[in-house]
Amino acid sequence: MIPLKKIDIFNRLQSEILKLQGFKSASQMALGAGLGVIEKAFPNATFPLGAIHEFISQESEDVAATRGFLAGLLSSLMRNDGTAIWISSQRTIFPPALKNFGLSPDRFLFLDLSKERDVLWAMEEALKCAALTTVIGEMREISFTASRRLQLAVEQSKVTGFILRNNAARLGTTACVSRWKVSSLPSEAVDGLPGIGFPQWRVELQRVRNGQPGVWNLQWRKNCLVHISGYDQASSIAYPAKQAG
Amino acid sequence: MDKRFVSIWFRYFATDWFSLRQPELKKRPLVLRMPSHGRMIVTAINAEAERNGLKRGMVLADARALVPALEVLDDEPDKISRVLTKLGEWCIRFTPFVAIDSTDGLFFDATGCAHLWGSEEKYLSDIIQKIMVRGYSVRAAMADTPGAAWAIARYEKKGGVISPGKHIDALLPLPPQALRLEQETVERLHKLGLHQIKQFIRLPRTAMRKRFGPPFLQQLDKAIGQEMEMLEPIQPVEPYQERLPCLEPIVTSVGIEMALKQLLEKLCLRLQQEQKGLRTAVLKGYRVDGKLECISIATSRPSHHVPHLFKLFEIKISSIEPALGIELFVLEATKVEDHLSQQEKMWEAAGGLEDLRLSELVDRLANKIGADRIHRYLPAEHHWPERSYQSTDSLQKKPDADWRTDVIRPVQLLASPLRIEVTAPIPDYPPLLFRHNGKVHSIVKADGPERIEQEWWLQQGQHRDYYRVEDEEGHRYWLFRLGHYHEETYTWFLHGYFA
Repeated sequence: MIPLKKIDIFNRLQSEILKLQGFKSASQMALGAGLGVIEKAFPNATFPLGAIHEFISQESEDVAATRGFLAGLLSSLMRNDGTAIWISSQRTIFPPALKNFGLSPDRFLFLDLSKERDVLWAMEEALKCAALTTVIGEMREISFTASRRLQLAVEQSKVTGFILRNNAARLGTTACVSRWKVSSLPSEAVDGLPGIGFPQWRVELQRVRNGQPGVWNLQWRKNCLVHISGYDQASSIAYPAKQAG
Repeated sequence: MDKRFVSIWFRYFATDWFSLRQPELKKRPLVLRMPSHGRMIVTAINAEAERNGLKRGMVLADARALVPALEVLDDEPDKISRVLTKLGEWCIRFTPFVAIDSTDGLFFDATGCAHLWGSEEKYLSDIIQKIMVRGYSVRAAMADTPGAAWAIARYEKKGGVISPGKHIDALLPLPPQALRLEQETVERLHKLGLHQIKQFIRLPRTAMRKRFGPPFLQQLDKAIGQEMEMLEPIQPVEPYQERLPCLEPIVTSVGIEMALKQLLEKLCLRLQQEQKGLRTAVLKGYRVDGKLECISIATSRPSHHVPHLFKLFEIKISSIEPALGIELFVLEATKVEDHLSQQEKMWEAAGGLEDLRLSELVDRLANKIGADRIHRYLPAEHHWPERSYQSTDSLQKKPDADWRTDVIRPVQLLASPLRIEVTAPIPDYPPLLFRHNGKVHSIVKADGPERIEQEWWLQQGQHRDYYRVEDEEGHRYWLFRLGHYHEETYTWFLHGYFA
């Protein structure tokens, strides 16, 4: 009997810890992140809001894919009139393109700073503002302490933060709740028509706190993220290239 | 409240300024000279020269004849007037309203100021003493009108305070030049035997107008208070201003913060009562050594929220250099707008771009990093990609047009298109492969062309034919060809990356 009780205590403590870390139970979530199967990788099968997520990309092409996936993610997060701040020191995001992902570019504020140190400061400041839905910060490097500060800021305000790390020299450990890597996949032709079809990405959830990392293939189709079965965790990087129509 | 004015007369302003820089000149007769009609004229003298019988307006040669050991320097009227303005600004510690009086005097509108010093006598003697310490010999008077104060300061040996309503009596024994009349009028008055104001002040006005002209009557009226005199302050007095004189000079940032908080509370209370909010504000610190320290803030929405405004100032407090101490703080709301309190309740947690918390965040960011670094974009009705959006500095402005959804645009657009090498079948097929950064990308899928013409009314140049292409690795690019194939000059560019 005693071990059973202990398990109860463990479970209760575990759920309390999760709550403190920004994970909510499914019932508490007003809106999902529209991630479908991927959400199962997270504790309570819910995409954690009020936490910091980290995206890693190396080349310009991956950077674009990451932006695309993130924009898809944001479109469900910002559904109810959300506002976002996009902080960067070298901005390449093209605001009108966000409309292709169902976002309203005029609900974004773009901060263009000259130094990465300012990006961190501005991001922390913005994350403390509960009126925002998300804050996106582009930076190369972030130390564990800095990421911890950001995590502490969101714990009060419940804002969701995204760190986009391009060309990071050293990945290191961070206090972020998850680490993602997104790369492009050949698009799938629409009903066999020629030309470029719906964009597809290979989404790697490399690290997730208390969850199950994995790899998925996603497609952006008709304003939502669609999971493509067929290439799953097992699928290797070498996938068959589709022929041009 | 009855108005009270102070007139300050620097008896030897220009020469005092020169002797401050060369103290050895103080004990010797000194005059300043300036060429006029081919002669050198004495424009300013010091006390020692005056004792030797020299006067302003003398020819320099005559002055030299009278006092052989005369020190002579070139007059610098521009510099002197700048010094006077600066001294006037320093005097804002005595009253918010300081005006320059020709070349050697100042006017204060001291209404409601003297009680802070205890009494008018103490106020005036403090002014005189503080200015004397700075090295200028000075005479000052306080009266109900600027004209009377001017006359007493210059023509009553001691100057001093004329109690309210007594200024006409004080004027009576003074000579006519105390009324700031033209030289010609003064001479005519003396010729007629009118050597004191009391001799003509009761004469019939019609007779005086006929003899001396309307300006004479005007000056008389100004002195006795029949006519308002317009003075122009050095610094316009802001209608929303709070002042905090300090007993001891403040040197610590904690002290500055306390002063700021007090001033903000007073100002915001007033703004709140009048249903106004400030858009820009300046905190000025008057230092003991006469320098002025300023920090300013701006808000994106009218605000009278003390903690928010304090936070905005707080970032900048470190840039204040108190040096030996700040003895007066002035907080001014330089731009004030209507601000209804019910609106504020509505904005408080409205969510979205209207949220008060968001505009407060933007204010904080703008104060630290500069407002020009925060951008919000609205659609612009242009096809040219670089012009398809416009920047706005308003958080609330709604888009005039819809964002385009009929075209697909790359998530990443390069600031300027990159030249690439391309193999493409003619005339207008998409490229087969292109080389970028030393890597060859062979194109598997492509869409296009989408021709975008130059907007000739904005910019001259060739059109662009855009292609969306995908290479064998699944990377998607936005390429364009500038110009037609048959032209010699066409080139290919990479302009963006698709997700």
